[in-house]
Amino acid sequence: MKVTAKDVSYVADLANLELSDEERQRMVRDLNSILDYVDLLNELDTSSVQAMAQVSDRYGVDRSDQRSDRFAYAIREDIKEGLRKSLPHDVALQNAPESDGTFFKVPKVIDR
Amino acid sequence: MNLNSLTIDAARSAVQDRKVTATALAEEFYTEIQKDDPRIGAYLILSKDRALEQAGRMDQLASRGEKLPPLGGVPIGIKDVLTTRGVRTSAGSKILGNYVPPYDCTAVSRLEAAGAVLLGKTNCDEFAMGSSNENSAWHPVRNPRDPSRVPGGSSGGSAAAVAADMAVAALGSDTGGSIRQPASFCGVVGLMPTYGRVSRYGLVAFASSLDHIGPITKTVKDAAIVLRTIAGRDSMDSTSADLPVPDYVAELEKPVQGLKIGVAKEYLGEGLDREVRYAVEAAIQKLESLGCKIVEISLPHTKYAIPTYYIVATAEASSNLARFDGVRYGYRARDARTLSEMYRRTRDEGFGAEVKRRIMLGTYALSAGYYDAYYLKAQKVRTLIARDFEEAFSKVDAIVTPTCPTAAFKLGEKAENPLAMYLADIYTVTADLAGIPGISIPCGQTRENLPIGLQILGRHFDEATVLRVAHAYEQAVAPSA
Repeated sequence: MKVTAKDVSYVADLANLELSDEERQRMVRDLNSILDYVDLLNELDTSSVQAMAQVSDRYGVDRSDQRSDRFAYAIREDIKEGLRKSLPHDVALQNAPESDGTFFKVPKVIDR
Repeated sequence: MNLNSLTIDAARSAVQDRKVTATALAEEFYTEIQKDDPRIGAYLILSKDRALEQAGRMDQLASRGEKLPPLGGVPIGIKDVLTTRGVRTSAGSKILGNYVPPYDCTAVSRLEAAGAVLLGKTNCDEFAMGSSNENSAWHPVRNPRDPSRVPGGSSGGSAAAVAADMAVAALGSDTGGSIRQPASFCGVVGLMPTYGRVSRYGLVAFASSLDHIGPITKTVKDAAIVLRTIAGRDSMDSTSADLPVPDYVAELEKPVQGLKIGVAKEYLGEGLDREVRYAVEAAIQKLESLGCKIVEISLPHTKYAIPTYYIVATAEASSNLARFDGVRYGYRARDARTLSEMYRRTRDEGFGAEVKRRIMLGTYALSAGYYDAYYLKAQKVRTLIARDFEEAFSKVDAIVTPTCPTAAFKLGEKAENPLAMYLADIYTVTADLAGIPGISIPCGQTRENLPIGLQILGRHFDEATVLRVAHAYEQAVAPSA
């Protein structure tokens, strides 16, 4: 078994999830079943393959005569066209679960 | 009006020629929704005020004899992962159950600027994670063709709304097949454009290197009309491509004779339902009879696509969904004593089972000690899958495959087995990983009258060829043709 109950606790902590005992048990089972399937990838030798993090990573790599235009977003000059005014303060707060009108309010951060 | 066969052009012309007002047309759709949707569950929320205000504007234009914009008065549905100013956008999740966005998604504002009438927000799997729409936090959607079956997912509400005449067209999103698979299950057209073709500004992010917005429609021409409207550079999304947008509608009529169509054996192998195979083979013959040249190709890394996808997509999701913490918007657990307790309980109570599963899987794949073995490995295999397509497209102009290995399955059939559910996307995830465009169009039905979908894939930014082949097939099999 790849993933133990201890791993699930550790990962839940990283992901800021609490998970009930029942959910933890099921998570151990499901993650193992999915990761067993993912093992299929180990059939492939990828030692000399570049990772692809974005579709644009394939831009410029391909030397075949593709008719498609190159991805224009791969590299571009800095531009200011995206700059715009921020949301008004009250609009930014309107979906807040709790606010004092100026700030988002949250429970105590440091317990002392 | 006969809503059944109402296309974008037919609806727009009817309003333009004063045969019906846009207001009356919208009302007619709302009546249909009131009648049928309790049975189907395609909509989560209706935006009637906004719809009627827009319809009124279109009626004023028409009554003054002015030319309507391309979607003037056309009633559409919007998947609930796309933000709509002043109209609740929950992404099918409890954690956004009270979220009213202060801004519109670019694709939505472009459609509205082109005259479309927004009927409401359509149901979907929570955060677009699912292949059956059963992961909606609110209620499932039923397939209009057979209510015991799922409509597919995650854009199940959008596909069901179009199939059941509760919208002329709809927007969906596709990360692993979420536009094409429900279109296939519901017997409608679903187009996933090239990565970067349509701005994602205002799309609730699931997996940013894989997310796409696209149309679900009744006809290929309607998909072309919607794409023409929503495509193109948007300064609000740095991944939107700065390339000219062709007139996809005009391109439809170009001949398909001589086009090389690839057929990959990896998409017609084990696990493919026999009836689906026959329908797809018949469609390939039809394309050949239209003058296309059928070329056998191989996409050898196809079987690695699902495991690759479920590592890449969940890793990105675990990062994207970190923003849901109960601080700035959305649900917050009550009475937490500390900040970290508030985070954990908010997420625990706000997210559903599948979303938690994917956050856990993605966090695990990114965690120290596993990053190289899972995440980096998957990114490398993604390169191999993209290369398969690059190689294939040096020989062919388009590739046809089944959209899904089976027709629509029953509600509950795969709900307890996440892996079986993931395999429903086996033929669609590859295009998301490579970033190429793909469409699903109806190609017959099973003996149980369930729709079968044909998928057509094309080169990056070559939606025009994909649409042209789809249109030629659609016209060739149309009953009146």
